[in-house]
Amino acid sequence: MKRTTILSAAAMLALSSQQSLAADISVEVQNLTHGLYFTPIAAVIHTPDVSLFEVGEAASTELQMMAEGGSIDGITTVATAASADMIANPAGGLLAPTMSASGDVMTTDGNVMLSVVAMVLPSNDGFVGLDNWEIPTEAGTYTVFLNAYDAGTEANDELRGSGAPGMPGMPVPPPLEPLLGTGGSGVAGADTNATVHIHRGNIGDDSLTDGVSDVDNAVHRWLNPVAKVTVTVR
Amino acid sequence: MPNIIRHYKKAILLALPLALSACGDDTKEVIVEVEVPAPVPTPVDVSYDVTVINLTNGQPVSPPAVVLHADGNLWAVGQVPSVELERIAEVGDSESFLTLGMTSAGGEGPIMPGDQQTISVTIQDITDAKLTIAAMLGNTNDAFTGLNAWDLSQLEVGDSWTSNRPAYDAGTEKNSESAATVPGPAASGEGFNPTRDDTGFISMHPGVVSADDGLSTSALTVEHKFDNPVIRVRITRTE
Repeated sequence: MKRTTILSAAAMLALSSQQSLAADISVEVQNLTHGLYFTPIAAVIHTPDVSLFEVGEAASTELQMMAEGGSIDGITTVATAASADMIANPAGGLLAPTMSASGDVMTTDGNVMLSVVAMVLPSNDGFVGLDNWEIPTEAGTYTVFLNAYDAGTEANDELRGSGAPGMPGMPVPPPLEPLLGTGGSGVAGADTNATVHIHRGNIGDDSLTDGVSDVDNAVHRWLNPVAKVTVTVR
Repeated sequence: MPNIIRHYKKAILLALPLALSACGDDTKEVIVEVEVPAPVPTPVDVSYDVTVINLTNGQPVSPPAVVLHADGNLWAVGQVPSVELERIAEVGDSESFLTLGMTSAGGEGPIMPGDQQTISVTIQDITDAKLTIAAMLGNTNDAFTGLNAWDLSQLEVGDSWTSNRPAYDAGTEKNSESAATVPGPAASGEGFNPTRDDTGFISMHPGVVSADDGLSTSALTVEHKFDNPVIRVRITRTE
């Protein structure tokens, strides 16, 4: 009985040490959507006690910064503080519809969880997210499909505006500039669900000059999933 | 193959008298080597039943194209669609797409919402073919659904695999939803048109807007809206 206990303890130790070993991995993110852009992607490999976001919980300031304006500066600070490994902005800017971007990283011992975030445009505070996905220790290629989330921090008015945290409206970088309308009256007020939740999608309208939304309803809607993450463990 | 067998038989018959006569003339042993061909195995049928269930409220699914092929993709998100795929996505015509693989089978007639259809496909000796499915959502501009190069080596005889599949956009025709461009029963508009006026790449489909939801020029109503998934596919290896 005692021997069994010792053996299983040894086995658990071996397993846990194996799982915390450094790994050579690559992470590829593909934008699956028909008409959305992803802002700079943050792929963070961290310990199990770290989390970039949790559904049903209020977004952190750093997540809000990413989801409302596409800046991953805050996420980078969080990752650095947590001694996480990070693939930052592999697309070198916006990731256009159906395009892919990838990065390689040698993970540090103990960093076994993958989280990925990037804002989706056009949206007020929509983002594509992967939260604490355990990286397999066995070499191979693994695929995960991601949904679009709403950070719950800004009203989905679908109007041109600001990407600064706490400021209303959507940031409109160059590739979207000619595609969005103007003069919308505003779709919605503050989110009923102020925690991170599955995004209800854009409603948009079919007018570039008025209507409720500056978003084009025939181009900028989406259905989940919106992204494919391919992880290769070498 | 039968020709080869006959050929070898002839060789054996010719060699035997030679060997006998050689023995009769003098006492030296003559060794005649006759190559015996390996038995030609009878081809084994490997068959699959592919059942497609239409999960939508108001989208007829065109007769599904089921194609077995070698490595690679007949379509994939991010790729430029082939004209063969465009013909499926814009009008539901699978004739040319069905020629793209080693063997294929097409459905018979559209699958209406709530209905299902089972398509059988057989290939000989190959158990690791890739299976690709494509079918149009009829009341759209260029939406299709399907399966991309699924590895059939995962199935032993009697095994089944089920998957819910989403809607894709061929990227070849703008999603105007207009009466002139949607070929399904909701509009009876134009089918295939070689002009490509959309993104040019296969993507996930954003869904139809419909006139009821704010696209005034749309011939579609709330009846035609869909969410993912749009079909359920069940693949069973039967032999």
